[in-house]
Formats: sequence, C-alpha cells, structure tokens
Amino acid sequence: MKILDCPLNGPRNISEFTYGGEYHPTPEPATSDRRAWAEYVFFHDNQAGVVTEWWMHTATAFWFLVDRNTVTDEVLRTYRVDEAGQCGAGDDG
Amino acid sequence: MPLSLLRHGLRKNRARQHQFSDNPGLKKHYDVVIIGAGGHGLATAYYLATQHGITNVAVLEKSYLGSGNTARNTAVIRSNYLTEEGVSFYRESLKLYKNLSNEFDYNIMYEERGQLTLAHNDAAVRSFRWRAEVNQHLGVRSELVDRQSIAELVPQLNLDEDVRYPIVAGLWHADGATARHDAVAWGYARGACARGVELHQLTEVTGIGMSNGRVDRVRTTRGDISCGCVVQAVAGNSSLVAAMAGIKLPIHSYPLQAMVTQPYKPLLNPHVSSPQLHVYTHQTSRGEFVIGGGSDPYPLYNTRSTLDMKESLAASILELLPFLAQAKILRQWAGTTDMTPDYSPIMGRSPVENYYLDAGWGTWGFKATPISGKCMAELVATGQVPDLIKPFDLDRFYRFQQVNEAGATAASH
Repeated sequence: MKILDCPLNGPRNISEFTYGGEYHPTPEPATSDRRAWAEYVFFHDNQAGVVTEWWMHTATAFWFLVDRNTVTDEVLRTYRVDEAGQCGAGDDG
Repeated sequence: MPLSLLRHGLRKNRARQHQFSDNPGLKKHYDVVIIGAGGHGLATAYYLATQHGITNVAVLEKSYLGSGNTARNTAVIRSNYLTEEGVSFYRESLKLYKNLSNEFDYNIMYEERGQLTLAHNDAAVRSFRWRAEVNQHLGVRSELVDRQSIAELVPQLNLDEDVRYPIVAGLWHADGATARHDAVAWGYARGACARGVELHQLTEVTGIGMSNGRVDRVRTTRGDISCGCVVQAVAGNSSLVAAMAGIKLPIHSYPLQAMVTQPYKPLLNPHVSSPQLHVYTHQTSRGEFVIGGGSDPYPLYNTRSTLDMKESLAASILELLPFLAQAKILRQWAGTTDMTPDYSPIMGRSPVENYYLDAGWGTWGFKATPISGKCMAELVATGQVPDLIKPFDLDRFYRFQQVNEAGATAASH
C-alpha cells in the first residue's frame, strides 16, 4: 500500500485519500467570461511529469496539495494550501 | 489438405504473405498523416482508402501496430448507452463490426454473446429501465430482466441473497459481443496497406510544425514530413500529443487494470458486468476469464499494476462467480484511459484548422473502432463533420453541453 504524508494527519494509506484534480488558480468570478470558466472547470494540462494536485484525506475532509510525478507515481511533497505560494504552484503551468 | 500442408511446411522457400507494407522510407509529403496505428487510426486510414479513394496516407506509430490500448482493452462490444447521441453512435459501430470479417476476408472472431449488466439496488434498476427504453426506441436490443431470467441466462451467477450486494435485476443486451482485438487492428492495417496506405512503425511523432494557424509539418524520430492534414488517434496519450499542436483537452489519463485466469472449459457465454462491484468479465474463446474493473483512483502515465486493484477485482468477481476461487491468474496488465468529464469521446475539429481529434476514448474506445474510423475518414475527406459525431466535438465543453454517459459504463470509474 502506498503511503501519503498528510500535513494534518501524518503518513496514512493512500486508500484513505481522494484525488481532487490539478491545482489551478480560480478565475475571478465577477470578471471572467463563460469560456474562462469552462477552461477552469473542464480542461487540464494532464502533463507527464511533476504536477501539483489537490488531494483530500477523506475521513477528516482535509484538503491539501501534493507535488507528484505522474509518470513514476513518486510523491515529492505534500503541503497545506497556505504554503502553495512558496513552491510556485500558483502559476498555471 | 493435410498432405499439401506438410509439403508446404517442409519446403525451404515458403511463400510468405506480407500482411502490411514493409517499413519503407518516409516520403517528403503525405496528404493525410495519422498519428497512432491502433484500431482507430488504422480504421481511419482504411476508410479513407476504401470509401474516399485517398491513399497518400501515412500512419505513424511510435511502437508496433496495435500496441497501445488496442492490445489492452477487454474486447467488449456493446451499444446499450444512455443518451440518444451515444446509443446511435455505438449502434452504427456494431453494425459495421458484424460484417468486418467478411469485408476484410480476415477472421476477427466476432461473437455475439450478449451482455448482462447487474443491478444491486433500486437506483440501478431505475437507470436500467431508462436505458432499456432509450435503447429500444433507437432499435438496440436491451431489456430489463428479473432474477429468474438472470438465472436462466447465466446459471453460473451467484444469486444468493446473503452476500454483500445481492443481485436484484439486470439489463440484458442481446447485441453485446466480443471480437479478437488484435485482429481488428490487423484487418484494418492489411486492408489499408493493400490499397497504398503506408504504415510506419517505430516512428514517433516529436513535434507538430505550424504556420498561419495550420499544421504543415510533422516532426518524427525518422525525419520531418510535410502534410495536408493530421488526424490524432493516440488513446492514452491524447493530451500529450494535442499539446504539441498547442491544444488543451478536458482529459485526465488514468490506468485501468485487468487480468485473465487460467483457461477453463466453455462455461460462461455472455459478458457479465456489475457497476456496483466495479467488475466485468467474460470467457474468451480460449477459455480464460478476462476480468476488468474501473480505472485507478488517480491519474498516472504508467501501465504498472497495483495489488490493491487486483485484490478488489478478485474480491468482486468471487462474489459473482464463486467457483473462480481456485482459479490462478495467468496475466495481468494495465492500459491508459483518457477520461473525459462526461464519459463521451472528443471527435472532430480542433482549434487548429487542419488538425483533427479522435481522443478522449476512456474505457469505451474498442467498441467504437469501426464507426470512429468511418466518421473521421468522412470528416477528413469531405471537410464536413458527420452528424453522428457532431455531439462529440471539443466545443461542447465551452457550450456546457455534455453528453453524459457516466451512468452507462460497465464499471463505474
């Protein structure tokens, strides 16, 4: 069983977690158009390589970010959302 | 006959039949470049040649033909979907499948064995009734069946009520079928190559050259070629190849794991699936039980297998067919499924004028092989999007007009 290091609960089996999609900054609802919303909701980079993703520890409903290699399945880093700025995850690669 | 076979076998210079074109050098220019020599790409090439007389076509494949998801699917052919758009599309695919062996003069081992989808709760029964009505309205054979009919259709099924999820009803789809997946790709390749299409294996596309918003060059590991247009048919790598043309897709790529048991005497005729148990199975013509399930819980570009998924497949199949408890697993593998938000494909035009998409084939690609090839060929040849695939265009996500087939998968993902 693969282990994921939850920033709140510590290392837990990956079956306790739910994948939540790629991390993208939310567009400003007041100013963005339908097309921008469609892109935000449906479209993904789906890259082969290191990707920043949302994950949730299901039992505690705690959402956090994971830097994961989508080819090797190696988890490089898990961190709280408020730490996102420190790793460059904010730019919508 | 046996004597002539023996003579033929002992002869030194046996006349070998080349099924596909040898790997010649790449020409400088092709009218149509198809990326991906899987079922869909080869079918597109075949119908371009047979229906539209377009033969200056190159099919480029980074590995060998049919080495991707064409080799990795569980060979289920069915049309019992939920939406009018979906049912009509897959229904036409089944019609083409039925005659493929005759058309190719090559046996694809098409067997119409029927498919039984199991309901374990009232919500599933309601959705099956809905699907049966839509299917019948569109001329597809689907009906809701009770436990007694299930016992008659598939006597091997465990209908006990003291299991985790007792079976309450089923959706019987008499049109359900299977075929030899490799032979489908080989048949299309042979037919296309015989008419002048070039198949280039071990030729990986590394870049797409554009000028004035049009594709004009394709870069490969064997040199650059110029092209009139490009069709991408690379299930499992759709986002990565589309990105070379600057196109972003609504796809996440997940592994889907499957396995087969040791062979048994013929004892299970139809295809059986349970969306609630996330499992489906049928017995192949060589006796193995093919067991497939839902996609992995998170995306990955890797066809590795995990013990978790294999355990859950085994637990689920034992609930349906307990006699498999002693079966040994012979092989297991994974394919990469390009999952779209609505579980329908993305076909047709792209934001680049002469770049056509045949993508987003998730877990439903094999059954659509003939009709996808036919529609993509018609689009390339005439410039008109066939009515059958209009609902599946990429733009539907910008219009918020999805074709929701999430409720019609064999195993929920």
